[in-house]
Amino acid sequence: MGMPVEVEIVGYKADEKIFDAVFGYFTEVDERFSTYKKDSEISKINSGEIAPEGWSSDMKKIFTLCEETKKDTGGYFDIVSRSGKFDPSGIVKGWAIWNAAEILKNFGFENFFVNAGGDIEARGKNSRGEYWSAGIRNPFDLDKTVKTVVLKNQGIATSGTYLRGQHIYNPFKKDEPIIEILSLTVVGENVYEADRFATPAFAMGREGINFIEKIDGLEGYMIDKDGVATMTSGFEKYVRNGA
Amino acid sequence: MLSSFLIASFAGYVLYQRGQDSGQVSASPDSKGLVSGNSSQSSSASAANTFSYKDGEYVGRVADAFYGNVQVKAVIAGGKISDVQFLDYPRDRGNSVRINTQAMPNLKTEAIRSQNANVDMVSGATETSTAFRESLASALAQAVVVAKNQ
Repeated sequence: MGMPVEVEIVGYKADEKIFDAVFGYFTEVDERFSTYKKDSEISKINSGEIAPEGWSSDMKKIFTLCEETKKDTGGYFDIVSRSGKFDPSGIVKGWAIWNAAEILKNFGFENFFVNAGGDIEARGKNSRGEYWSAGIRNPFDLDKTVKTVVLKNQGIATSGTYLRGQHIYNPFKKDEPIIEILSLTVVGENVYEADRFATPAFAMGREGINFIEKIDGLEGYMIDKDGVATMTSGFEKYVRNGA
Repeated sequence: MLSSFLIASFAGYVLYQRGQDSGQVSASPDSKGLVSGNSSQSSSASAANTFSYKDGEYVGRVADAFYGNVQVKAVIAGGKISDVQFLDYPRDRGNSVRINTQAMPNLKTEAIRSQNANVDMVSGATETSTAFRESLASALAQAVVVAKNQ
């Protein structure tokens, strides 16, 4: 998957062994599910080297979850990529982050967050005794944020792209409309739920925010190519100080 | 009192490394989804090799961004990355219907406001940027000139 992983734990028992366990878990997930690695289980499945009978239990579990999400999204979530290969990364990410959070919970920690590639599971409070705050990255200025969300034992996932009209040209169709929305952020009861719906919702373009609006327990914030944001009707209750 | 609280934080990176025929180039994604690499020669005295980029245009490999491909061209001028152009990007959502509808009328809209907010973490898109990094890294690997320090 090749993405940065950040973990912060508030607690006097946290030591290197704990972090090793979490990062070790992500490495294991990467080695199983990364389509960029030739020797990963998913790559071997895609090349035909491993038949379904030989799939690991985690792989089978992920495929089952993918089928569920495909049904829940009317087919918009589909792990068959354009090149015809399986790529479950749209669901593995949230699932793995959630599992990592459970590892920390089982160690006895109550206040922490796990952030992998911008998808986050937040539990408890930060060192100042406040619920964790997550900024939504500004797609037009990557060093800045546009909104601050307060997470109360929730997950957040942002799907999207930084591709923008003024930097893109299609050599064959210069007037072709460019990507309509740049990012879609979903807040849910946990990062698995947020992530599995953020991925297909983004694929729907502007319709994506309507899709999130219809799902109980999810709120969303969508940013389009013109810098106009659309939010679901309950989103503002998660925003800090109206910012 | 808060003295019993110990903050332990740790950032780990699942590095995305490619060994190229011109030497080892590691593209380390920073948390903003961009490749951060050295584009100028180090002037400190060390035994390590340093590298710079040779001026020119370099086309990266095609990377699968799940909903499509990403391919970039890196333009190097004055030894630095002066531009990155997209030759291919995800623009066809496959079996999705034509997307021209507006959001439901009751949903609130606003112009985004850029902030330097004090936050604990940032949630941002990385989906396409992983493929972007991969394609860009392969373009930059071609531009690299490895020079040995004395």
